[in-house]
Amino acid sequence: MAQNSKKTGGMPFQNIILTLQEYWAKHGCAILQPYDMEMGAGTFHTATTLKALGPETWNAAFVQPCRRPTDGRYGENPMRLQHYYQFQVILKPSPANMQELYLGSLEAIGLDKNLHDFRFVEDDWESPTLGAWGLGWEVWCDGMEVSQYTYFQQMGGYDCKPVSGELTYGLERLAMFVQGVDNVYDLDYNGAGISYGDIFQENERQQSAYNFEHANTDKLFDDFKKAQDECAKLLEAGLPLPAYEQCIKSSHTFNLLDARGVISVTERQAYIGRVRDLAKGCCDKWIEKNADRWKNDFGWEA
Amino acid sequence: MAELLIELFSEEIPARMQKKASGDLKSMITKALKDAGLTFDAADAYATPRRLALVVSGVPTATPDISEERRGPSTSAPEKALEGFMRGAGVTRDQLEEREEKKGIFFYARIEKPGRAATDVIAEAIEATIRNFPWPKSQRWGASSLKWVRPLHSILAVFGGEAVALYVDGFKAGNTTRGHRFMGADEFSVADFVDYKAKLADHKVMLDPADRAALIEAECKKLSASKGVEWIEDRGLLAEVAGLVEWPVPLIGGFDAAFMEVPEEVLILTMKKDQKYFVTRDPKTGKLAPFFITVSNIEASDGGAIVAAGNERVLTARLADAKFFWEQDLKGKLDDNLPALSEIVFHKELGMVSDRVERMKKLSRYLAQFIPGCDADEAERAAELAKADLVSNMVNEFASLQGIMGRYYAKAQGESDAVADAARDHYAPAGPSDDCPSAPVSVAVALAEKLDTLVGFFGIDQKPTGSKDPFALRRSALGVIRLITENNLRLSLQPLVWQCIWTYLLNVGTGKSSFFCLNFQFDEGMTYNEFCEKYESAPPNEYVDITSAEKLRQIVGFKNDPKQKDRYRLDLIWTNDKRNEGDSQQYSDLVELLPNITSTDADLLAFFGDRLKVQQRDKGVRHDLVDAVFAKGDDDLVRVLNRVAALSSFLETDDGVNLLAGYKRSANILKIEEKKDGPHGGTVDASLLQVAEEKTLADALGTAKADATAALETEDFEKAMAALSTLRAPIDAFFDKVIVNADDASVRKNRLALLSEIRAAVNTVADFGLIEG
Repeated sequence: MAQNSKKTGGMPFQNIILTLQEYWAKHGCAILQPYDMEMGAGTFHTATTLKALGPETWNAAFVQPCRRPTDGRYGENPMRLQHYYQFQVILKPSPANMQELYLGSLEAIGLDKNLHDFRFVEDDWESPTLGAWGLGWEVWCDGMEVSQYTYFQQMGGYDCKPVSGELTYGLERLAMFVQGVDNVYDLDYNGAGISYGDIFQENERQQSAYNFEHANTDKLFDDFKKAQDECAKLLEAGLPLPAYEQCIKSSHTFNLLDARGVISVTERQAYIGRVRDLAKGCCDKWIEKNADRWKNDFGWEA
Repeated sequence: MAELLIELFSEEIPARMQKKASGDLKSMITKALKDAGLTFDAADAYATPRRLALVVSGVPTATPDISEERRGPSTSAPEKALEGFMRGAGVTRDQLEEREEKKGIFFYARIEKPGRAATDVIAEAIEATIRNFPWPKSQRWGASSLKWVRPLHSILAVFGGEAVALYVDGFKAGNTTRGHRFMGADEFSVADFVDYKAKLADHKVMLDPADRAALIEAECKKLSASKGVEWIEDRGLLAEVAGLVEWPVPLIGGFDAAFMEVPEEVLILTMKKDQKYFVTRDPKTGKLAPFFITVSNIEASDGGAIVAAGNERVLTARLADAKFFWEQDLKGKLDDNLPALSEIVFHKELGMVSDRVERMKKLSRYLAQFIPGCDADEAERAAELAKADLVSNMVNEFASLQGIMGRYYAKAQGESDAVADAARDHYAPAGPSDDCPSAPVSVAVALAEKLDTLVGFFGIDQKPTGSKDPFALRRSALGVIRLITENNLRLSLQPLVWQCIWTYLLNVGTGKSSFFCLNFQFDEGMTYNEFCEKYESAPPNEYVDITSAEKLRQIVGFKNDPKQKDRYRLDLIWTNDKRNEGDSQQYSDLVELLPNITSTDADLLAFFGDRLKVQQRDKGVRHDLVDAVFAKGDDDLVRVLNRVAALSSFLETDDGVNLLAGYKRSANILKIEEKKDGPHGGTVDASLLQVAEEKTLADALGTAKADATAALETEDFEKAMAALSTLRAPIDAFFDKVIVNADDASVRKNRLALLSEIRAAVNTVADFGLIEG
């Protein structure tokens, strides 16, 4: 029978983060801090989207808080959160030993490869809002998905040359697995008495109420429109980085509107299309900005 | 002769692609060998999650020498022509021979091509295979420009024990590979296939997928027996799981029996589809047992205890989710879900799912009259609930449980078994071998569901073309055919199709964005606005109001205007305020008028005819017989098939064969003579019958025709055929003794009239002209 809620005493949540940071720093990654904006996934971080474009070598790792308003469950579901953390690694070009490096990181947080069953199960990745796709797997450990592993092929509609390898660890799921707990709020956060629930459960309750009940939809529709206009203006001014922030903002605003249930089935596609156009515009401008330098220094063309 | 061994070693290949990939590797390499003139004894290909391998035995070490003679230009041809010839043949002037022929002296070249080393051919073949491999999806990686299903790591190519010299985009082929990712990762070299397979096994890789599957199966049975349960065989899952591991280690785990209150289908789906677990059953009750088998890829140092426990925890979490959905859904009623169906688009031109449900309700009620034992109220109620589970928590999470959950929820809220079963079974039959519903209420809703789909998509001109059938209309049509014929339902298709069209028109405007466009095809060149202007019937939103019969007549008149040439598609809307349910006058106007301007019904009937032919052909029935019966314009499928069956057995008798021959002979003579004189027919004048044989035939015809007609009226097709078969002897005798084209014009005309009566009499049963042979 299943050994429910029997703690195996694995690594505390914060130590998993510290260990992953140290591990990837040792393997040549720049350790970044989270992007200071609300986003649905670490892939939105400029260190992933924009850095995946062009010829330059780029290795980075960072924690990114992710917001998915529709996944909120008022702190009552043991697995679903509207705010959670991803640990993101981007390796460009993807090294030949990337799978071994990745498996090494799991060992570093205490998953012994002689005791666990690791599997790479087909899972292709596509982001309609970013005009991006890649091939890869979801990585299973004893039947549990612990990471997403993707070789980016396109971003913003452009071929990734060279190809970046992206690793995304869902930190809460991974920690639940490592610690052997069945409820995210029971996670040992620091090994000294603080649980994940102590820090985040009240936040989940209040933020779920905001997302589903209180977010002012008129203001959000207005925000979406303003972010869209601002993005267009900034692109015209040749400023892809701030323009891209407006794109991130519009994407999150759309997600909030979605959670409020005010976007109809037919409108949905249109909104996604608008965000995609912004993202594409930012990638266009980013490439345009760098084109001469990339051509001169690397002989690179889109 | 030597053995060729190839291995392409990569990161994890999706399980679903492995079988085809190993086949492609084999066919691409062996084709390249053959094309180069290299023979071989045998070729076998294998796949694991990380490698494709191929062994080809008995390959010669070189391609054969080729000696060939080529004829060149005449000696009097310009120098340029000669140069071109020598270049093409690869020879010099002194190697040419001159030969005298009738037309002059010509150059000849003898070309000797020594055979190529097999290794060169092999190297080229491997490179071409890698560069052109037909993966369903492939990718680049790092800075490499190669594409493969996932990053490629090494190429092993050994011929006659030696590594083949080959470089592909930075890869140097060699004679080494690696074993299992965790249990045999060291590099090792191999001499030949036997050595390769043995060393792989030493390094914990079972090369042959069939070996892996066999081991999994045997272990699953053993593990199940150890818990007193039975392994539920699943060949598809077995093949998939064998493609997920290089060294299968099946482990058994359990789950809390408390989850057994959730419907079995949910538990099975969670285990098989999401987790790739095999499931087990209690051999005594046949019910699902609380044990599963996962196939791990490692011989864990603790014997797999942690792996099994981890899998149990994952499954427990998933089952807890499913149980939560089940309990949530049971808190409400299916009826509570109905409003949410108006939020789901069925198709943007055909309205929301709620609109579809309204149509299905009406159709099911209408259909009930044709289905023995079908209660119309129950049929309508079943249609009302049929789609309600689409917005349940469970179906939201597990889409493939649609219908199955509907049945559970319908039963839970106290619906009758007939209604609950229909909620589950109305999607069936999904194919030619799927179970076909037979319970009356299920049949009604299943038919309504498919007819609504067919009429809708034909109405908006989304018919299947070639291999494209995005809305699975062929499957729906086959479903209708099976539901009608297997349940022996006596109904005509055409009025049924019209009932569906009418239902669409009544339904328009009830939903958010619903409207229905009949695919009206106008012979015209004018724009839509010009059309509206002409008929002063342009309502808002560019739709033509067809709520009055008068307007329909205008449209018909417009269509019949011979000056209009091009085709035009017109969208019609039945506006909300004009909608008058059950207005039979309008319905009959519509039925009378619309067939003149839309081809939806005719197209759909022809489509049913085609599908029927395909279905019957698969059952071994001759398509020409179906054609011959269908040409009679009968759209009662049961009668059509009875007629085809009777015709088919009749044509297997001597009488049938000879009657057909006699018919063909009559029809051919008529065809020739009618070409000269125009149609022959009219009544046979008994006074002009001169020869005994024609008198006999005329008498026999009278009797046979009357008997056949009477038999047809009671649908006794055997009897009708038997009546016709009495004509066989008189027809044979007639052709033996009587000259049709008599000198006397009136006698000739009378005999041709007699032939035309034979043709008519035989054709009452089927169009014999369409029968082959």
